[in-house]
Amino acid sequence: MAMESTKFTGIMLSSTLALLAGTQGVLAEELNLYTTREPGLIQPLIDAFTQSTGVTVNTIFLQDGIAERVIAEGDKSPADVLMTVDAGVLVDLVEKGLTQSIESEALTSVIPATLRDDEGHWFALSMRARAVYAATDLDLTEITYEQLADPEWKGRVCIRSGLHPYNVALTGSFIAHHGEEAAKEWLTGLKANLARPAAGGDRDVARDIMGDLCDIGVANSYYVGLMRSGAGGPEQEEWAKGIRMILPTFENGGTQVNITGAAVARHAPNKDQAVRFLEYLVSDEAQAIYAQANFEYPVNANATVDPLIAEYGALTPDTIDIVEGVKFRAAASQMAEQVGFDN
Amino acid sequence: MKTAETNPMNFMPWRRSGAGWRLGAVLIAVLVCLPVVSLVLIAFQGSAGLWPHMLANVLPTALKNTIILLAGVGILVTLIGTTTAWMVTAYDFPGRRIFEWALLLPLAVPTYIIAYAYLDILHPVGAVQGALRGLLGYSSPREFRLPDIRSMWGCIILLGLVLYPYVYLTTRAMFLTQAANLVEVSRTLGARRQSVFRQVAFPLARPAIAVGTSLALMETLNDIGASQFLGVRTLTPSIYSAWVNRSDLPGAAQIALAMLVIVVLLVLFERHARRNQRYATAAQRPRVMSPARLSGWRAASAFSLCLFPITLGFIVPAIHLCREAWKRISFAGISPRIWTEIVNTVAVSAIATLLVLLCGLVLANAARSYPGRLTSLAARASTLGYAVPGTVLAIGLLYPVGLFDRFWASGVERLTGNAPGLLLLGSGAALVLAYSSRFMAISTGGIEAGFSRIPPSLDHAARMLGRTSTGVFRSVHLPLSKTAIASAGLLVFVDCMKELPATLLLRPLNFETLATHLYGEAARGTYEEAAIAALLIVLIGILPVVVLSRLGRVKA
Repeated sequence: MAMESTKFTGIMLSSTLALLAGTQGVLAEELNLYTTREPGLIQPLIDAFTQSTGVTVNTIFLQDGIAERVIAEGDKSPADVLMTVDAGVLVDLVEKGLTQSIESEALTSVIPATLRDDEGHWFALSMRARAVYAATDLDLTEITYEQLADPEWKGRVCIRSGLHPYNVALTGSFIAHHGEEAAKEWLTGLKANLARPAAGGDRDVARDIMGDLCDIGVANSYYVGLMRSGAGGPEQEEWAKGIRMILPTFENGGTQVNITGAAVARHAPNKDQAVRFLEYLVSDEAQAIYAQANFEYPVNANATVDPLIAEYGALTPDTIDIVEGVKFRAAASQMAEQVGFDN
Repeated sequence: MKTAETNPMNFMPWRRSGAGWRLGAVLIAVLVCLPVVSLVLIAFQGSAGLWPHMLANVLPTALKNTIILLAGVGILVTLIGTTTAWMVTAYDFPGRRIFEWALLLPLAVPTYIIAYAYLDILHPVGAVQGALRGLLGYSSPREFRLPDIRSMWGCIILLGLVLYPYVYLTTRAMFLTQAANLVEVSRTLGARRQSVFRQVAFPLARPAIAVGTSLALMETLNDIGASQFLGVRTLTPSIYSAWVNRSDLPGAAQIALAMLVIVVLLVLFERHARRNQRYATAAQRPRVMSPARLSGWRAASAFSLCLFPITLGFIVPAIHLCREAWKRISFAGISPRIWTEIVNTVAVSAIATLLVLLCGLVLANAARSYPGRLTSLAARASTLGYAVPGTVLAIGLLYPVGLFDRFWASGVERLTGNAPGLLLLGSGAALVLAYSSRFMAISTGGIEAGFSRIPPSLDHAARMLGRTSTGVFRSVHLPLSKTAIASAGLLVFVDCMKELPATLLLRPLNFETLATHLYGEAARGTYEEAAIAALLIVLIGILPVVVLSRLGRVKA
């Protein structure tokens, strides 16, 4: 028995040591990327960047808690670039002092002022719209976000959890437009219109429309491209055939967009590479990949929107600044709980 | 034979006091509780206005839903788990040998995967309803469709089907080694087998059922993927919302700790309820009961009773995954990254499992050999991590781990002038710590339940014969609870493989496991691409299940 337990400990120790041997140091021509963006979506861009610059990109995909991780690592953090899929998280990173301001003509000349931080703390890389999917047999070509709460849609709307950051951002923008009282009324109305519990993901909206569970739904624009392209398999192409994407607008504004954005980490050990990476991501080449591989709207006006998405009309981003909506994020998420959106 | 004079205990007072065991137990408990302590500190940063909002808008519904879900899953796992465990132990019927291990298979399926799979299968545009419509002559789902599984009942059934093996595993181990004598006595006294189950076996198995059910319920409580996907609103999403949407980490920690207090109270209540019961039989060699041979309709019903949960909890989703994986492979091939991911997954899970088992043994033995407030507190405290949602626990661990890493890095830098990088977060050691903290409950609980079957008279006898407590541990406790230890190891390993939130948050750069790969795809809605990873988790999970079943059989 004693023998056995010694062996036991031996194996454990040696395996642990093997793991420790992999401890990352800081090497030249490397770049460490912390991202909340799903690896499958970002990988094509990383590969292209490595190919054109020779810089190796190490990544870690963190779903939630990117700020906490960087805080915990403090000034020893290996993070160079922090990339998030939600403007709210990005602003949060800046407010917690985890980013640094950078100056880059390449970035400021390409990205419109509304899609970057005034002081150079963050930059948008791509946009997506909070869209409406409508059953193709429905005679509907335009709709406002406000109309989603109209009683005519009672029992006909599908949407994911009201607490999901996508929907929290939408409600935040609604508050920015109409104030809290009106937003609460709207959210209550939308809740009353639900055909099924507010759950699942965005693509379930398309499938549920196909299954006649609902007539319209709210989901992100790029999923339509992903489904239609066949990248997700033939079944999803079928789901996409059942829907038409509409780019809704606010009554006195445009379409609610959210961004994927990035910032250079405050203690970035490879700052130069980090800036280079950001500049690459908004270059014509990378923006074209964004548009083609992810079906997102590019921030660089030189890049074209993928035809699978472009066919639904030109995007007119909302007049209210993204950061304005972010300010109401907390109120929006509490509101979703107040009206029992997910219950 | 040693006499009283040569009893080493007389010469080594520290051994008698068990200082080593006690110290070990306390150290482990402290380490395991580190994230919880750090959560308490975070919670104390204060969160103004959270609770009035929670009380008014969240708690009533969330509590109601949580209670219904827990009650439903609890009933389902206890029913399925104990019935099947009794069937394969007390009866012999065609297929029993396969069922013995096959009943464990659903364990390998992550709960959110079963939710995704069943929504695919049972969706109005899916295969089942399509066939039904064809059969009944309807052309569109508008005319005919089944109730949506995205509901409370759907969630209860799906979670029950994947989580019952926790009860099956612990209860079967109990039936195997414990019940034989008593069952035979009651049979001799004229009791029928059915009433033996009700009156003897079931009450005897209570500690095992309690352990298994509480593991299943804590999994339920912490499950976020499946229940959120199915639209059941429990307390856990509110924790996330406070944190993610409102950047109110202290508030999130407060909700998580409040949940933890409730769980602890429930566990204490259950222990209190059976405080006066003893579960060890007299000191005799535990024997395995000889199963009664069934035939005819009895055999058929026993067969179907066992087949049913396996079919729904494993075979159906596994076939679905196989089909999806096959489509994917013929469509896009297998990514070469998957091999690294397999190695990563197995390595981290195996290291963590060994560590957790070792610590569990120390805790359980300290609590048994040196009963007292300290050791029992240590054993209980070590189970706290399991009752906190995975992400929250990981956040709690992040701060002490980060603190250590920075301290270490500064120290090395001062000494050598080179920046060494982060020791724990950069190496994967933080993952092992997280898994240990999270799954220590499984190990301690399982091993304690195993120990509880060993009659104390054996300990006394061994001590009188001159064994030290460590000697008793080696020659009595360890060999007699091999099955329980192996079961605990299996549960921990499979759980580590499936673990997601802590893995996402605490892993090093470029370190993917099967679970994170799976999640990355699921998060972007492309779970069909994740089918291969999901299938691999299931397949690798099966290996230890088979090993374990052999272990049980050799003993039998």
